[in-house]
Amino acid sequence: MSSRSLDLQGVSTTFTLTGEFEMQNIDINTIAQSDLQAVKQNHALTLLHEMLRIRRFEEKAAELYSLGMIRGFLHLYIGEEAVAVGAMQAFGQQDRIVATYREHGHALARGVPIRSLMAEMYGKANGCSRGRGGSMHLFDAGRRFYGGYAIVGGGLPIAVGLALADKLQSRPYVTACFFGDGAVAEGEFHESLNLAALWKLPVLFLCENNLYAMGTALARHQSQTDIAMKAQGYGFQGEAVDGMDVLAVEKATRRVADWVRQGKGPYLLEFRTYRFRAHSMYDPELYRTKEEVERWKERCPIATFQTWLRQQQLLADTTLAQIEAAVDHEIEDAIVFAEAGPSEPVEDLLRDVYTQEG
Amino acid sequence: MTYREAIRAGLREALRSDPRVFLMGEDVGRYGGAYACSRGLLEEFGPERVRDTPLSESTFVGAGIGAALGGMRPIVEVMTVNFSLLALDQVVNNAATLRHMSGGQFSIPLAVRMATGGGRQLAAQHSHSLEGWYAHIPGIKVLTPATVADAKGMLLAALQDPDPVFIFEHAMLYPMEGELDEDAGAADISQARVRRQGNDVTLITFGGSLPKTLEAAEQLASLEIEAEVVDARVLRPLDISTFLTSVAKTHRVVIVDEAWRTGSFAAEISAQIMEQGFDHLDAPVARICAAEVPMPYAKHLEEAALPQVGIIVKTVQGL
Repeated sequence: MSSRSLDLQGVSTTFTLTGEFEMQNIDINTIAQSDLQAVKQNHALTLLHEMLRIRRFEEKAAELYSLGMIRGFLHLYIGEEAVAVGAMQAFGQQDRIVATYREHGHALARGVPIRSLMAEMYGKANGCSRGRGGSMHLFDAGRRFYGGYAIVGGGLPIAVGLALADKLQSRPYVTACFFGDGAVAEGEFHESLNLAALWKLPVLFLCENNLYAMGTALARHQSQTDIAMKAQGYGFQGEAVDGMDVLAVEKATRRVADWVRQGKGPYLLEFRTYRFRAHSMYDPELYRTKEEVERWKERCPIATFQTWLRQQQLLADTTLAQIEAAVDHEIEDAIVFAEAGPSEPVEDLLRDVYTQEG
Repeated sequence: MTYREAIRAGLREALRSDPRVFLMGEDVGRYGGAYACSRGLLEEFGPERVRDTPLSESTFVGAGIGAALGGMRPIVEVMTVNFSLLALDQVVNNAATLRHMSGGQFSIPLAVRMATGGGRQLAAQHSHSLEGWYAHIPGIKVLTPATVADAKGMLLAALQDPDPVFIFEHAMLYPMEGELDEDAGAADISQARVRRQGNDVTLITFGGSLPKTLEAAEQLASLEIEAEVVDARVLRPLDISTFLTSVAKTHRVVIVDEAWRTGSFAAEISAQIMEQGFDHLDAPVARICAAEVPMPYAKHLEEAALPQVGIIVKTVQGL
């Protein structure tokens, strides 16, 4: 844990307790040392809070799934929270986010309102995708959250295109594209890395390597298991980051997001992480041992970060209790919102197939 | 002006009039387009707006979707429908669905052009007619320009449309000469069109089969059978009412479609006429489609596999 460091250089975004998106511009040189400590602490607690929101949201979603309140596929991110939360710190409101079907964490970390996410899981018209998408297809245009892709690798070309649009319009935005290690086996991964590098596009490829493509271990689907290295084959840089360390994720992502923003072309980060829960609610987990899962749980990104915060005297028991209570309250409120939400009338079945109806 | 030149004129007009428009695809730049549709455009508009892509169909079609989401008006040229199979995931799972599965938050103003069809002895991997497959998919629009005017007008219409539009240009039509009003803008893309009036039989077709069907109609006229030729033009959304109006007049229908008969778009048209116009019919709907065989190379076999003027005439006579 001693290798962790809280580096505030370039901190520009954070989220309030309610998940609303806020901008903060902090000039570290102009603030007093005591204030700096407070800002550091505030930021660290925000990271913890964001990870806990995701963890509790998903624990509740699993519970609601077994009660039959949520259906379809439900892919939990539990264990990987440090990646979405850490990485998302690097992006501003104008940057664009492309995610996968395991994207509750990314949506929450991006500031998509938790109420609209829960309502979407319930299939309600006040869900973030009007109940048309469900767990795998969360969208929020206002927050530039472009989904929600459930064909593995399918989001990468979209991200390349978003970045192309920004480049053609001379906008200084970054498109962050999350995908898993399974996507690395898809042709679209290789095509997209090649095209992004060839055209020097502002895409940040963020691979969440949780060691399994559904149930197939990395070494059983990749001839070269060093994913970060694959960027070199397309003439740009990639590096591996400890995906269980939220500060390491944040630091690395900020650094390379700046690189990408400067027009130097794409960059690949491989976050080494682990999924604690089954692939989906239907997965009997025959492909890995309980011992392996337990070993990884010892590196839980939330528990280890809490321990570190305590060591740094940044987290008091009362503070943690306050955060936990706030998270619980927020989730309960989201459930009430979702359960009270309207179901779309069946007469509207055919809406939103085309922009101009009829 | 030829069909090819009309497409080029449409591309040029689009690139000139809207800075959000750009063209990308395999060999659209330096090479000038596999069918020479974009010749000269790289020189005129530069490499930012006329972009040669790697042979990565899935990714450059997907990038077209992403660029459309990002505020551009991309024209993606997939060299031929045969290669578009490599991009089907992006078409079916992303282009067609993003609006709906986001609850209407996004529009994808994307135009995708590709050559389609057989008839040039290119054998089993380069002769597909799969526009009917595409027409199966809600969320996209499917156009089959069969005239010089539509070649330009439909492209301009696609670029004004807020949704993904797929344009299938039959490869045999590129050298076809026809009339084009220089000032003609976007064409209507909601309706079928009667290309020849007649009272005795309705011949419904689209794309590369239109010239053959019109020629068959002329031969039938010499046999004192006046055929009405209806160009479907737009496969999705399909304008069934124009077909029904014609069938109400002629009471007989033959559909000409270059795709394989089983599961063909001709089958869809036939079913809809039967569902909505059964009382008008004096005979079963007839279909002339491709033989159920991968396209053979040998000229005489390919000719036998595809709908031809002779079989259209013969089928009408046999009704």
